[in-house]
Amino acid sequence: MNLFAQQLINGLFIGSVYGLFAVGYTLVFGVLDILNLAHAAVFTLGGLSALWLAQHAGWSIWIAFPAATMLAGLLGLLLNAVAFAPLRHRSDSQFSGLISSIAMAIVFEALSLGLFGARAVRFPAGTVKVHIWQLGPSVTITSLQVSIVAVVVLLMVALTLFLKRSRAGKAIRAVAENERAALLLGIDVRGIIAFTFFISSALGGAAGILYGLYFDSLGPDMGRSIELKGLAVIILGGMGSIPGAILGGLAFGLSEVLTVAISGTSNLRDAVAFMVLFAILLLRPSGLLGRARMREA
Amino acid sequence: MEHLVQFYAIYGSLINFIGLNALLALSLNVTLAAGMLSLGNAAFAALGAYTAGILTVHYHLPFIPAIAAGAILPGLAAVVLGLPVLRLKGVFLAMATLAFGEVVRIAAVNLEITGGAEGLTGIPNVTNVWMIYLALALAAYFVAVLRRSQLGWGLLSIREDETAAACLGIPIFRYKLLAFVIGAMLAGLAGALYAHLNYLITPRDYGFFIAVDLLIYNIVGGTRAWYGPVMGAALLTALPEILRGIGVAAGPIRMGVNGLILLLVILFLPNGLASLINRPRAVTATPEASGQRA
Amino acid sequence: MNLKVDTISQHFGGLQALSSVSFEVAPGAIHGLIGPNGAGKTTLINILSGLYRPSGGRVYYRQKALHRLRPHQIANLGVARTFQNIRLFPSMTCLENVQAAQHLIAGRPLLPQLLRLPAAGKEDRDLEAKARATLGRVGLDGKAAWLAKNLSYGERRRLEIARALAANPTLVLLDEPVAGMRRNEAAQVADLVRALAAGGMTILLIEHNMAFVMALCTMITVLNFGQVITTGRPEEIRSHREVIEAYLGREKSHA
Repeated sequence: MNLFAQQLINGLFIGSVYGLFAVGYTLVFGVLDILNLAHAAVFTLGGLSALWLAQHAGWSIWIAFPAATMLAGLLGLLLNAVAFAPLRHRSDSQFSGLISSIAMAIVFEALSLGLFGARAVRFPAGTVKVHIWQLGPSVTITSLQVSIVAVVVLLMVALTLFLKRSRAGKAIRAVAENERAALLLGIDVRGIIAFTFFISSALGGAAGILYGLYFDSLGPDMGRSIELKGLAVIILGGMGSIPGAILGGLAFGLSEVLTVAISGTSNLRDAVAFMVLFAILLLRPSGLLGRARMREA
Repeated sequence: MEHLVQFYAIYGSLINFIGLNALLALSLNVTLAAGMLSLGNAAFAALGAYTAGILTVHYHLPFIPAIAAGAILPGLAAVVLGLPVLRLKGVFLAMATLAFGEVVRIAAVNLEITGGAEGLTGIPNVTNVWMIYLALALAAYFVAVLRRSQLGWGLLSIREDETAAACLGIPIFRYKLLAFVIGAMLAGLAGALYAHLNYLITPRDYGFFIAVDLLIYNIVGGTRAWYGPVMGAALLTALPEILRGIGVAAGPIRMGVNGLILLLVILFLPNGLASLINRPRAVTATPEASGQRA
Repeated sequence: MNLKVDTISQHFGGLQALSSVSFEVAPGAIHGLIGPNGAGKTTLINILSGLYRPSGGRVYYRQKALHRLRPHQIANLGVARTFQNIRLFPSMTCLENVQAAQHLIAGRPLLPQLLRLPAAGKEDRDLEAKARATLGRVGLDGKAAWLAKNLSYGERRRLEIARALAANPTLVLLDEPVAGMRRNEAAQVADLVRALAAGGMTILLIEHNMAFVMALCTMITVLNFGQVITTGRPEEIRSHREVIEAYLGREKSHA
C-alpha cells in the first residue's frame, strides 16, 4: 500500500512535467492547427542550456532557469520564422509544416550534440537543496518535487491569466478561434502567431529544465522519450485545450507509474497509455476536454 | 563487371537499404494518394518482418510462403485497424496509427515468440539485392498503373475533396480501406524481405522515427508520381554516405546538414524532387501540359 | 412521378431548417427551387444528394427511397449535383476533373491495366474523348489542360456542371449554377440546361436571379423559413400573393 501511495505521488510529479510540455505543444496546435514536432528538441535545448548556465557560467538555478526559458522562447521565434511562416499559405501546410518542423528538430538536435556533447549529464550537486520529508512509513516527498509542482502551477496560472486578461492573450484566443475574423478586427495575426511560438517554446524549455532536475539526467536524446508522450497527452486532453493538456499529463504520468506498480515490470509502461489513447480517439476524438469542431481538422 | 562487384562489396548494404526504404516509401504513397496521413506503415512492416521471421525460424517454412505471409498478415491487420480508425482525418488519423505502432512495438518487446527486447535472432539470410529490386520494380509499376485505374482516380478525388467525390459515386470508405490495406501489404513485404536480409530484427527497427522517415521520403520526393517517394528514399538513405564522401565528418555537423537539406527541399521544392524531372504543371494553359499526368 | 419529396423535415439542434417539405418533380422538367436566403434550399439539396440524413420524411427517385442511402449510392441511381460554394478538384486539370467524375460509367479495372491489355487502353481513350466532349458542352474544351484552381469564377461553375454531367445522370441538382456569371455566360448555361431537359434529363435548380428562373424553369417551388409556400408554373408564381409578400418583405428589410 505504501509503495502504491509513493508511486501515486511520483506519478503526479512527473505528470505535471508532461503536462507543462504538452501545454506548449497544444498551444501551437490550437492557434495554427499544425503539429510542431520540433517542440521536443526545444525541450532538450532548454534543459541543456540551463545546465550549462548553472555549471559553466556558475549561475544560480533561480537565474539560469528563467534565462534558459527565455532562450527556448527565442528558439520558438526562430522556428516560426524559418519553418512555419514561409509555408503558412500553402494548401498542404499541415503536411509540409510537419516535415519542416522535423527538419528543424534534426537541426536543433545536431546543435545540442555539437554544443553539449553526446553523453548524459547532470546538474552539479547542490544545484537545488533537497529536503526529504517523510509522509509515512516509506512514503517520502522531496522539496525538489514540491518546487517542480510549484513552478508548474505558477506557470499555468500565469498563462491562464495572460490568455484571459491581457490584450495579447485575448488576441491569441481570437486568432485560434477564427483567423480571418481576427485579421478583420485589426489584429496583427502574424505577430500573434510568432508570439504564440515564443510562449509555447518557452514552456517547452521550462519543462525540459524541470525534467532534467527531476530525473537528474539530461542528454541530447532526452526529447525523444517525451515526444510521443506529449502527442498522447494532447490527444488525451483534447487538441488545443490547455486544461486538457495538464489533465492529460497528470493522467499519463499516473498511468505510467501505476502500470509499473501493478504489472511489476517497466516493459508495459507505455502500453496502457497508448491503448487508452487509441480508445479515446475512437470514442471521443475531440479528447477529454476538446471541442468537437477540432474533429474535422 | 569486376567494378560492379567491387562497388557492391563496398556499398552493398546501402544499396539494399535504398531498395527497402523505397519500397516502404511507396507503401505509404498509396495511402497518401487518398490524403490519409498514416504513421502506421512502419508497424505494418514490423508485423511483416516478425511474421515472416517467426515462420522461417520457428516453423521452418520455406522463404517464399513466409514472405507471402509477411505481406498478407499486415493486410488483414489493416482491415481490422482500418474499420474503426479510417473515420478519423488529418492529424487524428496520424495519432491513431501512431498509437497502433507503439502498441505493436510494445507487444514485440513483451512477447516471447518475437524474442523480446533483444529481438528475433537466427533468421536465415536469404534476401538478395535482386529480390529487393524486383519487389521494388513491381511495386513501382503497380503504383504507376494504380493511378490510372478506377481505384486510383477515386483515391485522388478523395484527396482533393471527399464530399464532392462521394457525390460522384465514389465509395469513400471502401476505397480508403483498400488503399490502407494495399499500403500495409507493401510495407509488410518490405519488412519480410528486411527480416531475411539480417540475421536479426528488433522492436527498434520500426519505431516512431521510422514511421516519420517514410513520410519524409514522400514529401521530399513528391507524392504525385511513383518516382517521387523512390527518389526521396534514395537521396535521404544515401545522404549520410554522400556527406561522408565529400568530407563532412560524422556527428553533429552531418546531422545538421541533413536537417538543413530537408528544410531547403520542403521550402523551395513544394512538389518534391520529382518536380525537378517533371516540371510542375503550368499555372495557365500550355498545350504541352495536356499530355502530362502527375 | 420522377422525384418525390415527401414531408421532409430537418433540424440542426434547435434550429428548424426544413419543416414538412413536399413537392414532386416531373421527368424532363426544369424545376426551380427559390426563396429568400436561409429558406432551406441548399439544405434540401444536401438531403437529396445524401449529405444530410433528414430528421423526418422521405424522398423517392424513380420509386427508390433516397433518404436512407449514402451519397455514393444516390449518385449510383443517376443523381448528380453541383455545389453552391464550388467544390472542384483544385489541383487537377479541367480534363482530369471530368475524367475523375466518370467513375460510374467507367470500368478501368486494375488487372487488365497492369497487364496492358489492349481493351484497357481503348477504354482510356474512349473515356478521354467523352470527357473532352463533355467539356465542349460547357464551352471549356479550350481549357482542358488548365488547372481547375486557375479558372475564372464563371468557368469554375461551368466546370462543375461538366463534372456533374460526366457520368450520364438522369437527374441533376444545380445549386446556383449562374451565380456570379456575366449575362452572356448565364445565357449559355440556360441554353445548355434547356438542351439537357429536351434530351430527357430532369433538372432541379436553385437560383437567386429571378429573371433567369422565370425564363428557364417549367415549374417552380418557393420555400420560405423552411416551408413550401407554393409550387406552380412561373406565371402562377409571379402573381402568387404570399410569394410576393415573402420577397417584398425581404426587399423592405434590405432598404
